[in-house]
Amino acid sequence: MNNIIKKFIPQILAILFVVLIFGFLTLNAQTNMDNRGIDFGFGFLSQESSFDVQFSLIEYSGSDSYARAFLVGLLNTLLVSFISIIICTILGVIIGVARLSSNYLIKNSAAWYVEFFRNIPLLLQIFFWYYAALRALPMPEKANAWFGVTYMTVKGYYIPAMVWENLNVFLYCGLAAIIAIIVLRNYAIKLRDTQGKQIPVFLYSVALLIVLPLLSFLFGGVSLDFEIPELKKLSKISYIYEGGISLPPELIALVLALSLYTSTFVAECVRAGIEGVSKGQKEAAASVGLTPNQVLKLVIMPQALRIIIPPTTNQYLNLTKNSSLAAAIAYPDLVLVFAGTALMQTGKAIEIVSITMLTYLTISLTIAAIMNWYNKKIEIKEK
Amino acid sequence: MFKIIKQLTSVVAMFAVLFAFSTETMAAKKSKTLENTKKRGFVRCGVSQGLPGFSNADESGNWTGIDVDVCRAVAAATLGDATKVKFTPLSAKERFTALTSGEIDILSRNTTWTLSRDADIGLTFVGVNFYDGQGFMVRKGSGIASTSEFKNGTSVCTNLGTTTELNMRDFFDSRGISYEPVVFEKADEVVAAYDAGRCDTYTTDKSGLAAQRTKLSAPDDHVVLPETISKEPLGPVVRQGDSVWEDIVRWSLNTMIEAEEYGVNSSNADMMKTSNNPAIKRLVGAEGELGAAFGLDNEWNLRIIKQVGNYGESYKRNIADTGILPDRGPNELWTKGGILYVPPAR
Repeated sequence: MNNIIKKFIPQILAILFVVLIFGFLTLNAQTNMDNRGIDFGFGFLSQESSFDVQFSLIEYSGSDSYARAFLVGLLNTLLVSFISIIICTILGVIIGVARLSSNYLIKNSAAWYVEFFRNIPLLLQIFFWYYAALRALPMPEKANAWFGVTYMTVKGYYIPAMVWENLNVFLYCGLAAIIAIIVLRNYAIKLRDTQGKQIPVFLYSVALLIVLPLLSFLFGGVSLDFEIPELKKLSKISYIYEGGISLPPELIALVLALSLYTSTFVAECVRAGIEGVSKGQKEAAASVGLTPNQVLKLVIMPQALRIIIPPTTNQYLNLTKNSSLAAAIAYPDLVLVFAGTALMQTGKAIEIVSITMLTYLTISLTIAAIMNWYNKKIEIKEK
Repeated sequence: MFKIIKQLTSVVAMFAVLFAFSTETMAAKKSKTLENTKKRGFVRCGVSQGLPGFSNADESGNWTGIDVDVCRAVAAATLGDATKVKFTPLSAKERFTALTSGEIDILSRNTTWTLSRDADIGLTFVGVNFYDGQGFMVRKGSGIASTSEFKNGTSVCTNLGTTTELNMRDFFDSRGISYEPVVFEKADEVVAAYDAGRCDTYTTDKSGLAAQRTKLSAPDDHVVLPETISKEPLGPVVRQGDSVWEDIVRWSLNTMIEAEEYGVNSSNADMMKTSNNPAIKRLVGAEGELGAAFGLDNEWNLRIIKQVGNYGESYKRNIADTGILPDRGPNELWTKGGILYVPPAR
């Protein structure tokens, strides 16, 4: 009996303590808000927002609700994080591998890159890209065409828009190609395990991915047109491009800063992962007659990935949270649109800040869950 | 067992401390703000991050502007010294939270008085110290002479968290023009982006445009369009719930305006004590007991006029002489064709 008391009483007290603290904080906030005449509630979410947003992935106008404005901000945050994560991963892997190169120039350039970009505060880098680098771009009317049809200007990057006919047929063909590849891969594994035969899965996959969608153009009635941006005069001296898609300079600056900054940390993770695989592994693999490519693909990378994934997950999470610095350069992310404009117009500070915090928490936990699942998949399976 | 009791007592002790703090904040006594201000020895005032003519700090950190003068007037009235003010520069986004959370006691930051702000979020507007309206600034070379010449696709730079964002939408929507809002948190960033050609036009209150124009690389290449698309009465704000403090701020501002109306200024205020006009005598504390209602002495208003000056002096010093808006427009006294009209101090 005495043991049970000793075991549980402190724990119950601890829980009670935490609950009481939260209860007290809530009560205190409520009392103070009552005293100051502030109402608490989430009813504002269905009200008309009455403000416009510069850049949105979904249809949105001022007559939509605050809830939709929230969604606009959330999607913009996800967009910038997603693009930056992809770019920083590609860059990070290249730089990380380059740091291990035996070529003096490549090795040292990579080292310089890492030391340079990771040691300058991110906000400064964002300001640099937005105020210094992108500001040096020409005005729309003076811009030269890149690849003939895209225009990089101080007002944004204008690219042609794709105008599809029977897009769904094309997408189904793509989907069919992916399914075919999965089937082929499973078949190849079975073939290898049972008969010891190898087939070039990668080559077949690429062929499938190209040929099936191409067939849809020939027989499926799919057609693709490009809408090319055209210069339009707004006044005597100001112009914009119309038609096509415009990527705002705020988005470009943010993606550049976030991906260059985070790629340095990813590069270090990759380097650590590869260096963490002992030399004996490589030598043993070579001695059983594997080619250098096979050594990397079948022996080094599977082991290195186990070391690389967990710290890289941290970097992805950091990147997503850092994307909230967008507010500094007018990119309409969650913080600017929802915790900025919406908060100001409604005055619902506690509600909006808690929603924003919970949203970031959810995004982070989701990324962590995906990465943990991947990590589980590649970790050593003891038999 | 002894260990558990020890843990228990520490928990209880912690709560005691927490509640001790809370009871102080919960009990809203009459003009707690005035008491705290006197105890502290300075007035806590929220201002802009730099808007010439309204609230702007020079290299040595001295704040000037007509918004700053409202806080100085309150300091002169309550503490006897117009310099005893601590200024907190705030972005448009931070300002109301800073006030409602008690970080500052007066928000004097070119803030538009609107119904929802007054009624919704625990604030009280005490008056208007500048009648403004939203306008647009464009490059002279664009040849645009009126807002009716804006075309689809116009990019518009402005500040986050202001009535400007809402007016802008009303304006463009009602005309069926599509536009690209580029919204920055700080005014300096808006100026930099507009200056670099990111936007075709810059919109905010007209006084703000006039003031920010001076920060552009070539101010003369830009022009403010004649149309005004909204009413923007700007004025000081206080927290809801301390009506005495609210009155002190309101009447400090009113005193400055009324002093101009009666021709009392910083240099002649002392002489006016012997004026024949009872209204003037009340205004300089020589008659009546006007200060007692706020818990102040009788010369609170005299100190405001002597140390800060009347509204006309403040306007001339901060806005007219700096070349921002030499013409007072609606901010002229009602007796001279403007709309500045305050209730009588009696």
